[in-house]
This record gives sequence, structure tokens and C-alpha cells, in this order.
Amino acid sequence: MSGIPHDHYEPKSNGAKWLHRRLPVVGLIYDTLMIPTPKNLNWMWIWGIVLAFCLVMQIVTGIILVMHYTPHVDLAFASVEHIMRNVNGGWAIRYIHMNGASLFFIAVYLHIFRGLYYGSYKAPREVTWIIGMLIYLMMMGTAFMGYVLPWGQMSFWGATVITGLFGAIPFIGDAIQTWLLGGPAVDNATLNRFLSLHYLLPFVIAGLVVVHIWAFHHTGNNNPTGVEVRRTSRKEADADTLPFWPYFVIKDVFALAVVLVGFFAVVGFMPNFLGHPDNYIEANALATPAHIVPEWYFLPFYAILRAFDSEVWVVIAANWLTGGIVDAKFFGVIAMFGAIAVMAIVPWLDTSSVRSGRYRPMFKWWFALLVVDFMVLMWVGARPAEGIYPYIALIGSAYWFAYFLVILPLLGIFEKPLPQPATIEEDFKEHYGKSGSDGDKAATPAE
Amino acid sequence: MRETLSVSHAEDHPSTRRDFLYYATGGVGAVATGAAVWPLINQMNPSADVQAASTKRVDVADLAPGTQLTVLFLGKPIFIRRRTEEEIAQGRADDGAANIVDGNARNPNIGDNASAADENRTLADFSGENTGEWLVMWGVCTHLGCVPLGDGAGDFGGWFCPCHGSHYDTAGRIRRGPAPENLWVPNAAFVDETTILLG
Repeated sequence: MSGIPHDHYEPKSNGAKWLHRRLPVVGLIYDTLMIPTPKNLNWMWIWGIVLAFCLVMQIVTGIILVMHYTPHVDLAFASVEHIMRNVNGGWAIRYIHMNGASLFFIAVYLHIFRGLYYGSYKAPREVTWIIGMLIYLMMMGTAFMGYVLPWGQMSFWGATVITGLFGAIPFIGDAIQTWLLGGPAVDNATLNRFLSLHYLLPFVIAGLVVVHIWAFHHTGNNNPTGVEVRRTSRKEADADTLPFWPYFVIKDVFALAVVLVGFFAVVGFMPNFLGHPDNYIEANALATPAHIVPEWYFLPFYAILRAFDSEVWVVIAANWLTGGIVDAKFFGVIAMFGAIAVMAIVPWLDTSSVRSGRYRPMFKWWFALLVVDFMVLMWVGARPAEGIYPYIALIGSAYWFAYFLVILPLLGIFEKPLPQPATIEEDFKEHYGKSGSDGDKAATPAE
Repeated sequence: MRETLSVSHAEDHPSTRRDFLYYATGGVGAVATGAAVWPLINQMNPSADVQAASTKRVDVADLAPGTQLTVLFLGKPIFIRRRTEEEIAQGRADDGAANIVDGNARNPNIGDNASAADENRTLADFSGENTGEWLVMWGVCTHLGCVPLGDGAGDFGGWFCPCHGSHYDTAGRIRRGPAPENLWVPNAAFVDETTILLG
């Protein structure tokens, strides 16, 4: 598949030859597993496998939960308690599914920030990046709708607030909101369609994951140096890469095992640490919880949504320029979706010809600040919207947009990059290959 | 490649009967697809039972000044507050305050263009006299739909939305925070001395 020269599948037995002529499925699996992979990948390249594992884990536990769950406003809350108390092992399956969503988002944020630091989004991997952003959006939709299903107070009011975002769209917002909810407010119709879509979207994600993998298998993986694998000869390609199986599979499975130790410690000992006690109170349309907080993985964008109120000058300016069509509420919605949109178009905002942040002395600091900014937004998103917090949220939001829209375009012009290694082989030897002086020998460990 | 695909290059040859059939088929196909997809989209709109015009009678005989009754109507709360003299005076004194963000009464009972003056927010009693005592509103924050806290909450003695910090005054007008509009007044009227008809 990729342009990197490597061995392809050759059927040997008569049966294998017979099948290969009719359906080359074994060859497809072989070429996918044996894909030449840059041998200098560091530990930040394990999150893809963790994510693939999460998707399978969520689908399997989710299918089981649906066997015992009842999507009706009068029964949903009780049916979740039924899962927790009566279904054999139901508590474990539900807690795995519930915390699995958190693991999924931890992994996706590390995966995204890995890509942002090492410039994985740059040509020729823009399509991989865009597909990834679509997967991320679908994950958010799926997680949001899944959180509604237990029909607790946070479920109900989270659904009210988030569908209210669509109501902020000028002119057609109310019609869209009513269409999404199936009535004037969050009710039984909403709960039913959310279950339907919560069940559907993971399979759409699975399809997109295949496209995501196909795209980066076609271009080849990025790596910590950002230097491309040499493709001019088989010998050079072999010096830069190792096959995915067994080298990277073993590494990734080891990393997955370590991650899962932490995950199951949370599931076993503190399963509700990341949840909200309010969601163990059944939904009540007459009382809003004193403090509505979305799940932690939405907090940075929730903070951006809340940051822009009618006293912020950009909001006042937008309101004036559009003759009142863009009010504070709609501006907040635009800002929240815009925060993800600027990240999605980053391949065309970053003007630097150097891919990896490792060789970009100024970029490193701005990137570190972006990571801090993300954490600060996450923290402030969980605080009440009063006192100093709205100002912190506003500064945090401003930096988020400035990083993508101002800093990245300008850095490419003003920054003087450090020298990069000529090849991956050179970088590998510098970091890992001190024992072997002969490059070819170090590149092909004994099997 | 190009030679084998030339069949779709309309500019390569004069219009023919085949072109006409091509576009006609495409057009009919698009209309048919749209007609087939529309029911699949429209099914998500409110169903007949949800749509069925709903009204509700609320007995307010026991409501003392300075208290609020919250009733569920169309899946959302309605606040019925019998205001005290101080609240009425405060609401009227605030008329025309600079931080009244939304200048519209948001009261469908008196039309679309009424100003946000205190007297345009309240409900006339059965005799038709608007004493300012009866304030009936949707208990739905105009920001993102949370239920605001009442009983003098917030910085303006009215309601406060805990979700994103919108402050409403004693007449339910937005004074500070992200909400763009005053709390809406529902269609409502007294149908006898002590009963309010909603819807």
C-alpha cells in the first residue's frame, strides 16, 4: 500500500493461491500488519492502539448494556440501577463502559497533541488529520448522547444545555432544536433517538478509523524527527523502518497493558471519581442542579462557550456589525465550534517547512503554553461562571485562537529551525543504537 | 483515461436527445430521492401526541404575595410569582435602566413590539386590572434553557441561572450574563378570580 519498498504477500500453498486469485484478503491483512514503520517511534505513538482498543471495548460493553437497558423516561433510571444491582456482573460492565469513555478521551487528547507537536498533520498527511478530526467530533457526539441515557439530573440538563446550542442559530435555531428533541423540551422522544444514535455512531467511527489507517498507511507514519522514510532503495527503507508486526505490536500491547492497569484501578476502586453525584438523582424538569458541569472531556470547549458574554468587546462588535443577528449566545456557540474548526484546518495554518517540534526552538514554547492553556480551560470550565473565572476563561480562549490563527502562521516566517537529522537511521542510532556501529546490523535485529 | 470517459463531456458534442434524457432522468431522480428522504427527516419532528394543542389551568388561590408557584407545562417549568409591593416598586424603578439588555417585553399576550417596561411584563387579574402583582413566565433561561433559581436570587433581586450566571431582575428581565432575552411570558390569562389558563 505505502510507497515504502517492502515485501508483499506471496501465497505458497495451492489453497492460498486459489483464494488469493479470487479474494486477496490474506494479502491485505499481511500488507497491513507488515507495514514498514519508522523505527524511531517513541512512546507517544502508542495511543492509536489504545484508541482502537477503546473503540472495541466500548462497542462490546455497550451492546451488552443495551440488553438490559430500557429507553423510557419512566424506566431508564431504574433500569440502570437494575444493571448495577441485579444483572450478573452488570456493575463491572457499566463502570467499564462509563470510565471507558474517559480513557477514550484521555487517549484521543494525547494522540491529538502528539500530532500537533510532531507536525503529523502536515503534508502529505492532511487527510489523515481531517478524518481524525471527524472521528473526534463523532466521539463527542456519541459520548454526549450516551451520557443522557441514564436519565439522571446531569443527563437531562446536559441535554437541555447542549441542544440549546442549536437553538442559538439565528432564524432557524428553534426549528432545529425542536427537530432534534422531538418536542418542546427534552423528553421521551429525545431519549429514544439518543439511544438509537448512540448505538449507530460507534460503527460510523469504526468505518472512519479504517479510512484513517488507510490514509496514513498510504503516506507512511510520521515519526519524532518528522523526516520522511527514504524510499529510493529497499536497503535505505529497511535501514529506516521495521515491520509493524512484531516489533510495534509488542511495544503497543505492552503499553496498552500498562494503561489498562491504571484504567482497571479506577474502575475497581474509584469508579465514580470522574462522574457527578447529581447524575444519581433522577431527571427532574423542574429543578436545575445548582451547578451544571459537563463531563471533564468537554470542559475546555465548554469554558470557551461560556467565555464570550455580552460584555466582551468582540461580542459587542460582532453584534453591531451583523445588526444584532450574532448575539452573545450565538457568538459563544460559534467560538466553541470554531475552537475545533481552527484545530481541524491547522495543516493550512502552520507555515513552517519543518515538521517536528523537536527542531523548532520557538514553537516548543508556544506549544507548551497551548498544553497549559488546554489544562487551564479544562479547570476553569468546571468552575462557576462568576468572579475571576470568566476572565480566566476569556484569556484562555483568546490564546487558543491566537495559537492557531496568529502564532503558527507567523512562526513559520520568523523562526530559525535547528538542524534536522538527514535520515531516520541517523536519529535512531543517536538515541537507541549506541551499541551497534554497523547501521545495517542495528537495523535488522536477529529474529 | 480521458478518451474512455468522454461520454460525460457534454461540451464535446451538440445537444442530443441523449443529453435531454440524461438531465431529465437525473432531475427526476433527485426529486424522487428528496421525496423519499423527507419522511425520514420529518419523523424526528414532534409527533401528533406531543403536538396536540395543550392548555393547563392553574389554581393560584393559595399563592401568597412573595411566593412562587412552579408548574410543568409542555415539558418546561412555568413560574407564577405573586410579587410583593417592594418587588413591584423595584421593577418599576428599574424601567429604562441602562443594563436592561433586551428592550422587548417578550410577552405574546400584548403583542410583539411592547417595550420591556415592568407593566408590560405582568398579567392583568380577572377584572382586567394590571396591578403588577402577577408575573407569569417560562422558567427557562434564554441562554441555554436551564431553570433559574427564584426567591430573590441573583444581583437584581429576581432570578439567577446557575448554569452560566445570568441575572434577571424582579420583572424577569435579563440584566447581566450571557442570556440574550428576558424570560419569556407564556400565553396566559385569568379565567376566573383564582385560575390562570396557560396556552
